[in-house]
Amino acid sequence: MIRRSRAGAALLSLAMAAGLAGLAACSGDDSGDGADGAVTLDYWLWDDNQKASYQACADAFHTSNPNITVRITQSAWDQYWQNLTTQLAAGEAPDVWTNQGSYYPQFVTSGQILDLQPYVKADNVDLSQYQGGLADLFVKDDARYGLPKDWDTMALVFNTDHLKAQGVDAASLKDLTWNPTDGGTFEQLIAKATVDAKGKNGLDPAFDKSKIKTFGFLPEFKDGSQGQNGWGNFAASLGFTYLDKNPWGTQYKYDDPRLAQVIDWYKSLIAKGYSPALDKASTLANDALMNAGKGAITITGSWMINSYLGDTAKVKFAFAPLPAGPQGRKSAINGLSDAIWTGTEHKDEAWKWVKFLASPDCQNIVGGNAVVFPALKDASEKALDAHKAKGRDVQAFIDEASAPGGTFFLPITDHGSEVSQIVQDAIQSAVLGQTDSASALKKANDQVNALFK
Amino acid sequence: MKTKRRDDRRAAWWFLLPVLVGFAVFYGYPAIRGAWYSVTDYTMLNQPSFVGADNYTELARDGEFWHSLLVTVWYVVLNIGSQTLLALGVASLMHRLTRSTVLRAALLLPWLVPNVTVGLLWMWLLDTNLGFVNHLLTSLGVGPVGFLTDATWAMPSVAAINTWAYTGYTALLLYAGMLQIPQYLYESAAIDGANEWRMFRRITLPLLRPVLALVLVVSLIGSFQIFDTIAVTTFGGPVSATRVIYYFIYEQAFRYFHMGYAAAAAICLALILGVLTAIQMRLLRASRSDLA
Repeated sequence: MIRRSRAGAALLSLAMAAGLAGLAACSGDDSGDGADGAVTLDYWLWDDNQKASYQACADAFHTSNPNITVRITQSAWDQYWQNLTTQLAAGEAPDVWTNQGSYYPQFVTSGQILDLQPYVKADNVDLSQYQGGLADLFVKDDARYGLPKDWDTMALVFNTDHLKAQGVDAASLKDLTWNPTDGGTFEQLIAKATVDAKGKNGLDPAFDKSKIKTFGFLPEFKDGSQGQNGWGNFAASLGFTYLDKNPWGTQYKYDDPRLAQVIDWYKSLIAKGYSPALDKASTLANDALMNAGKGAITITGSWMINSYLGDTAKVKFAFAPLPAGPQGRKSAINGLSDAIWTGTEHKDEAWKWVKFLASPDCQNIVGGNAVVFPALKDASEKALDAHKAKGRDVQAFIDEASAPGGTFFLPITDHGSEVSQIVQDAIQSAVLGQTDSASALKKANDQVNALFK
Repeated sequence: MKTKRRDDRRAAWWFLLPVLVGFAVFYGYPAIRGAWYSVTDYTMLNQPSFVGADNYTELARDGEFWHSLLVTVWYVVLNIGSQTLLALGVASLMHRLTRSTVLRAALLLPWLVPNVTVGLLWMWLLDTNLGFVNHLLTSLGVGPVGFLTDATWAMPSVAAINTWAYTGYTALLLYAGMLQIPQYLYESAAIDGANEWRMFRRITLPLLRPVLALVLVVSLIGSFQIFDTIAVTTFGGPVSATRVIYYFIYEQAFRYFHMGYAAAAAICLALILGVLTAIQMRLLRASRSDLA
């Protein structure tokens, strides 16, 4: 194949000249002090859904701090971390940026994030006002590398018309049970929701699993080291934990037989025809398949509320809590934070902005727009009310977050992206039948833990 | 006479200067820096420090690296094989049957579409659940096939996508080469009673060799650099069935930020390509034409 100037060729030189790349991509160095002491802060985020809300925060902030202007840059998730790392390497990073659990440890290790603890102490920021545990996710050795901005939990999302047609009462989805042996009432629901080309469902003896029209359950196997959109929640409901301690553990526990049990249960769904086989799965995301009527139920996060209940949805969807496992109902909870770059020339102004972002003044604006659930408990209630006002039932996400012991945190450690690839490959190879679940996970666990030696 | 030649040479350097500066800035300097990074532990966020041949010895032990090379070779075989054969066929047909400009333009169309668009287009067409190709296959009673999600099919599918995109362009280059072959050779062969297949083997192929050599060298190097189609359609998966060397380098550099390690892998790839090109040029005696 003969190819024109391409990303591929550019990449080779890029890999070689990473330093140069930093110089080329320029965020502008005009954030310096103006003649009248005016300061411009650069603030980065990745979610285009949230940009408007934070712009409103920035405007409110500017009103009360007329000498500080916040300039927001939004870039898509995949580019976000590359751009950020390049800018950090070039010494041109934004003053404040949005952080996520699996990415921020590397910035802490390389000394790029400012310790906020002295500021928090000096300004007496009340950390108990945030959803339980969120503030501690960004603490290492008594240093604090961010203030919480929002959280998300997981829930079932289902095609309401499809389930109704199969004679399923939507209310019954509130009390589903699950276990790895027979899948509990959840698996019965999945079987009922799976429909073949002749309209027979999975419980019908004449059910033809080779010709499926709608799968009962769409699994997510591109789910990194966490299984946030699926296996992680089931494993947690069996008592599985990722790590010796979280955050900042150094010993992963993917060789736990309970995790292998979950993967085996997923494989059994495929074998029964209730879920698409991984090698025949779609390259498209589950929400596209749900919208195309190819799946009846899947697991999704609260950040997807607007996609499923918004105007662009082609099918009527609703949410239900995750099924309860032997150890109860467990949902992954994840929180984002705002961090300050150690290299910023405007530390005090940046702190003012971060404090504002984490305060009711900003989080109530964000909550009122019903895009994400803000980290402040009160602001989350605002988000719930805003959803209700739009006629959307998102109670499942809130109930899970507020149930005692109902949530678990995703792992936060060094080597996050490597761990993610190793574990994802292992789970996929097990699901594809290239190896059995237990030995795939054992091998992956050894590889993962070797990274910390 | 002598001074004249020297003047010419000086003028030539002036004309070459813009290219040379570009080459030095965008290739020479980055290459040197890359070579330096390959013997450091650079992660973009640290001060690189010298680690000797550590990256290289680790590469030699890294199963993923060897796997990615193997996968790349598999892709190259599939892609270059099908693309060259198809292009030769198409070029011969154009050469011997029609010289329509419209046809030539049409052949180039897939090549004009940006690679990422090509990748996305085929990702949708080949999708197992929603794709048109599988819709057709299913209505014919053949399966759905997991073109991009089945470990056996993923690489042939990627190769086929790029063959689709580049065959027209390759055919056009070969066609241009065929136009260089004197028409009287075919005429006398026809008088001697040779059929088309014989003329192709005895006239077209041998006389096309210099062009074919160039096309093969360039397309082989391009093929080794397969990246964007994979970055759009399979992300190196399923598991690691399509994790080619470039994707491996990309992941090491921009996902794990192991810049030193990635640079070492890139240097290895450059060496491999250098050796391959040398062998190929030699085998095909590229500089000598049988016409001479």
